[in-house]
Amino acid sequence: MDLINLTLAQLQEGFRAGKFTPVDAIKAFEARIAQVDPQIQAFLSRDFDKALAAAETADISLPLGGLPIGIKDVINVLGESCTASSKLLQGYTSPYDATVISKLKAAGAIPYGRLNMDEFAMGSSTENSAYQVTRNPWDTSRIPGGSSGGSAAAVAALEVPATLGSDTGGSIRQPAALCGCVGLKPSYGRVSRYGLIAFASSLDQIGPFARTTRDCAMLLNAIAGRDKHDSTSLDLPAEDFTAGLGRDLKGVRLGIPKEYFVDGMDPRVRASVEAAIKQCANAGAELVDISLPHTEYAVSVYYIIATAEASANLARFDGVRYGRRASDPKDLLDMYQRTREEGFGSEVKRRIILGTYVLSSGYYDAYYLRAQKVRTLIRRDFEAAFEKVDAIICPTSPDLAFPIGERTSDPLRMYLADIFTIAANLAGICGLSVPCGTVEEGGKQLPVGLQFLGKSLDETRLLGIADAYEQISGWNNRTAAL
Amino acid sequence: MSTPDLNVRNVARLARLALTDEEVTVFQGQLGRILEHIEHLKKLDVTGVEPTAHTSPVFNVIREDVPGESLDREVVLKNAPRSANKLVVVPKVIE
Repeated sequence: MDLINLTLAQLQEGFRAGKFTPVDAIKAFEARIAQVDPQIQAFLSRDFDKALAAAETADISLPLGGLPIGIKDVINVLGESCTASSKLLQGYTSPYDATVISKLKAAGAIPYGRLNMDEFAMGSSTENSAYQVTRNPWDTSRIPGGSSGGSAAAVAALEVPATLGSDTGGSIRQPAALCGCVGLKPSYGRVSRYGLIAFASSLDQIGPFARTTRDCAMLLNAIAGRDKHDSTSLDLPAEDFTAGLGRDLKGVRLGIPKEYFVDGMDPRVRASVEAAIKQCANAGAELVDISLPHTEYAVSVYYIIATAEASANLARFDGVRYGRRASDPKDLLDMYQRTREEGFGSEVKRRIILGTYVLSSGYYDAYYLRAQKVRTLIRRDFEAAFEKVDAIICPTSPDLAFPIGERTSDPLRMYLADIFTIAANLAGICGLSVPCGTVEEGGKQLPVGLQFLGKSLDETRLLGIADAYEQISGWNNRTAAL
Repeated sequence: MSTPDLNVRNVARLARLALTDEEVTVFQGQLGRILEHIEHLKKLDVTGVEPTAHTSPVFNVIREDVPGESLDREVVLKNAPRSANKLVVVPKVIE
């Protein structure tokens, strides 16, 4: 049996039935990485000996005992490199574990490898990494999506059974859609961000990628919860996020937002998503037409708020305490300016400038304050919608995976493609992407993602609905031909 | 208003970024187009709408001000580009 084909739940079952061991599993995945990653380029680094040692002593009675989990390069793991795919943090070694990592370890999991991403999580294609270009396993001439492109590609290429990523405006759901796997953005406050390199603090959430919704629920069980190191993490009663799995769609009210089916989206994506919606209806779901009237403003609001917060968060990268420092600075100001000029890539600089501008004296009210007010209108759209429906069903991305290099010179076009994922972050709600079909393009099959959005802190129900769809769709069983 | 009055070089100075002339030109064009796009927000009437700074239902989280565990100083200083005497070294600040 080839262990790389198994889901987290299946691996766990095999460990516990004594069919194979965590050592067998880590060896199988390492062999797969060695075989395909020279093509895919999802991993920045990994320490096999350390993972093997952890597998040898793994306690398989724990909730994630002995399961290898790949980690986006923006989450600190004690003793490992953590660069956010930026030159600025080249050589940095994490002096501590992020809370999600200590929780994964406590659940018996083995964090394995550093996964490539857009620098500081800014981008939708992973082309903004300072180190390498990650390729879509379904067609290696195309991007895997971003910013958590390495996390999505590694799962899609069967290099690890699951990974962690982060989602500020779609950075988990969009690459999951483009790579044909499942990606969950939990509600704001569900998961601690302590040890996540901050991009936009009012939007960032850490979440899992896996081949199935069940696996994502298992991972969320491990990483969710209040953490005294992150005051935005919520103190909620313990919850089993697998509790809603295994049900059907009878009587489930699914909202179809008319603003998410627009001209300009790829008609083949639209057809796939509409077919999936019909399938849900045939399985007993009740379809409800809804409106999210402020959708057209979401991208603008996001690129004001996210860049404003980023310009403040990234001020810490000044060459003083960690990472690179420009050589022979003539004074402190020269050191700051040249360190940042040399260390940051173009997209990061562009966003820092935009964020600094919208916060600057004389412009704050016109841009930042106004964006925060429109954010309130976007939140209210969702609150009104969730009065009528259990979840919203819509496309994850308007496009299929596009060719590497196609959009790098046109940032506005890249930003506009985030239209269907961004509002969930602004509203603080939860959302996930599941595979709903493939489209043939240039002789290759390219995956399409179906997005389910749930109200804030309604993950158990959301995961249940996505799992029910998955059971009737069968798309999760398809993998990239590599 | 076609292009809002963004002066990339001035803003870069505020952000402590030393840009090349080429970067200034490219960013000026790209950010100009992005700001033009953002202008549509001004059409909306937001009178009386409260701003949303974040979506958490929790405000003003406080705790006892007691010393806790810190990271190991030597481990932390290993990441500093320059250090000496258990301190981070930077260019001279005061003449």
